[in-house]
Amino acid sequence: MVFKHDVLIVGAGLAGLRAATEVAGKADVALFSKVYPTRSHSGAAQGGIAAALENEEPDCWEWHMYDTVKGGDYLSDQDVAEILAKDAIRAVYELEHMGVPFNRTPEGKIAQRFFGGHTRNFGEAPVKRICYAADRSGRVMMDTLYFDAVKKGIKIYAEFHVLDLVIRNGQVAGLVAYELATGEVHFFHGRAVLIATGGYGKIYKVTSNAFASTGDGVALSYRRGFPLEDMEFVQFHPTGIWGLGVLITEAARGEGGILRNGEGERFMERYAPTIKDLAPRDMVSRAIYTEIQEGRGINGQDYVYLDLTHLGEKKLAERLSDISSFVKIYLGLNPATDPIPIHPTCHYMMGGIAVNADGNVTDVNNNPVPGLYAAGECSCISLHGANRLGCNSLLDLVVFGRRAGLHIMENLNRLFWVEPPATPERDTVDRIKQIEENRSGERPVSIRQSLQEVMMADCSVFRHEQGLKKAFEAVRELEQRARNISIDNLGNRFNTDLIDALELQNMLLLAEAVVASALNRTESRGAHSREDFPDRDDKNWLKHTLVQRTDSDLSITGKPVTITRFQPKPRAY
Amino acid sequence: MEVRFKIFRFAPESDKEAYFMSYTVAAKPEERILDCLNRIKWEQDGTLGYRMSCAHGVCGSDGMRINGVCALACQKLVKDYTGSEEITLEPLPFFEVRKDLIVDMDDFLARIDSMRPYLIRDEAPPEKEWLQSPEEHKKTEEVIRCILCACCTGACPVMRENPDYVGPAALVWAYRYLYDTRDGRSMSRLEKLNEPNSVWPCVNYFECTRVCPKNIPVTKSINFMKREIKKQLPGKGQ
Repeated sequence: MVFKHDVLIVGAGLAGLRAATEVAGKADVALFSKVYPTRSHSGAAQGGIAAALENEEPDCWEWHMYDTVKGGDYLSDQDVAEILAKDAIRAVYELEHMGVPFNRTPEGKIAQRFFGGHTRNFGEAPVKRICYAADRSGRVMMDTLYFDAVKKGIKIYAEFHVLDLVIRNGQVAGLVAYELATGEVHFFHGRAVLIATGGYGKIYKVTSNAFASTGDGVALSYRRGFPLEDMEFVQFHPTGIWGLGVLITEAARGEGGILRNGEGERFMERYAPTIKDLAPRDMVSRAIYTEIQEGRGINGQDYVYLDLTHLGEKKLAERLSDISSFVKIYLGLNPATDPIPIHPTCHYMMGGIAVNADGNVTDVNNNPVPGLYAAGECSCISLHGANRLGCNSLLDLVVFGRRAGLHIMENLNRLFWVEPPATPERDTVDRIKQIEENRSGERPVSIRQSLQEVMMADCSVFRHEQGLKKAFEAVRELEQRARNISIDNLGNRFNTDLIDALELQNMLLLAEAVVASALNRTESRGAHSREDFPDRDDKNWLKHTLVQRTDSDLSITGKPVTITRFQPKPRAY
Repeated sequence: MEVRFKIFRFAPESDKEAYFMSYTVAAKPEERILDCLNRIKWEQDGTLGYRMSCAHGVCGSDGMRINGVCALACQKLVKDYTGSEEITLEPLPFFEVRKDLIVDMDDFLARIDSMRPYLIRDEAPPEKEWLQSPEEHKKTEEVIRCILCACCTGACPVMRENPDYVGPAALVWAYRYLYDTRDGRSMSRLEKLNEPNSVWPCVNYFECTRVCPKNIPVTKSINFMKREIKKQLPGKGQ
């Protein structure tokens, strides 16, 4: 059976939902999600969404733009950062009008709080810019948009795993998806495809990401020969629950929480004297690693404390209730009386599918690919540069998800139905068959765990050439082993064993791109910190990385950074 | 330590009836039940079916019955079952089983949709936000924690007797919009809630409240709406 929709959106998190609701009613749109609706990882976002509403104190979009660019260590494309900061205000009011239950000020306006790297007057002091719904901001936004999509009658293919893009003569013809409930492989004919599948934090052992965050959409595009951008920039969030990686929102520090080392010292005063614990995530994660390496972890161990004991029960209940419950459930601790053991956790991928400011995927020569779009964490619109600021991600999703939807609609008349090849699903069927027919290979789990350990050991917060080379070799070897993968489950119904194997192939491909890009960039910028090249090198490296797959290898090139208002300066906080 | 599991298995296309399989895994007391399930699937039996994603009680995928009580497998730890000889995992009761611990959720979501879970207001929105005082916002503070995991609906004894009852989760979503002061449809929402299979079948078993992984006072919210119907729709209600 052939399915047909004008616009095919892969991923039903916030970016996909916001794009879909923009297109709905104007064209036939379908959403695909490999998980059941409302399980997407946007729902795990805790802290909030940034916008210069000025509800609590003076603020303006220029300061927000500046903070975004400086937070990104000047690798952000400034035209994109300007769109974000300006459109933020409209985007937040739109969410409020749809019903998102934001916390309120005494006058009844949307309440705002502090967050890392968001400052007033170009870095003077922290500013209250973050709109929030307790510490479940992502979840309530996603549910609001999901029910809006249902109300609008958008077709949702739930538990359909998209495994291939069909491109003919350089233009989108559709996609191929595996239906989990039946094991069938279907071709979907379409005029435009938007990839909005989120990140791939699962390539690391310690991560705040969901099991579903395996980068399938990024791999989809990369496999078809489109370049990935800035893959070396991987964000480690400073405060993951020690041992588990479960996120403790930065809002905990926005509300006054303090990081302390084994000597009880508020060590961030030494690293970021002006904004201390509210420094951007890359700096705080490096500080924690340094404290631990220099023997100032708690009792000499590999964690430090996040101290919320002075915030009081009321504030914890009203503004940080989810994280308080995580700490109680997983650690048996009460954040009102006990400090929380934390360690940096892989959280967000700045890199992804290269797109222009309209979300249109671009090829290695920077030319847009007709009908192919990407938005959200899977894409690299060059907004977050070398390090994303907290609360700019939910904002990115609704601003650039909508913008991609708008651009698709503007261009739909020019995107004709491309005749697909005779059996567009053949490659996918072969790929599945190869796994199923191999009865004597290795299970995916051992390869996946080795990959996660390699990435954690040699390509995380601090990196150096020797380790990266070792990691590259190790990933290549794991790719070889993965060719001989085999699974237990040959059934057709909800075969998640097969999905695990397919996801592992994607993770290996992306890990290789991350390590190769990290090896290539011989400077330190934002989240990419090379111990052998500790300084930022604007002369040689003020440029984006593009990595592309070739027949047997990969090739790395560059792309200039767009600089409009803010010339690069040393980054101190 | 070694932990024994007894897990419900059923593949509708090939099994005549459901059965249980036993597994033993090594696990630490502070590990999640989900960690054990993953270990079983990854290392022993790849044919086992269950849903999961975030693994920390936010996405709502892994609602199931653990030793007879509905819960999220990622929020329960091995040590919570100290003293049990084995841990029994079953799918959410009353839900149609699609494979092993995976159940059909479409009907569950359709019941929530029937409550119109979105703001309806006739006036055009203002240039900035709709104003809402912190006290007004507080009315929905607890119910907005719902993650649609369906533990409450699976645990509700009324569902067993009356499968047409809309169920506690749908009522949580009805409450969320009934008491959102920005909404303009409170009377028609109350009329809807007064229908025979809406709030009235609830007879205060409190099972929903007991199992809610987000500690939502579900039963209390349902009772609050019953009182609201009696107050606002004179002569109606039971």
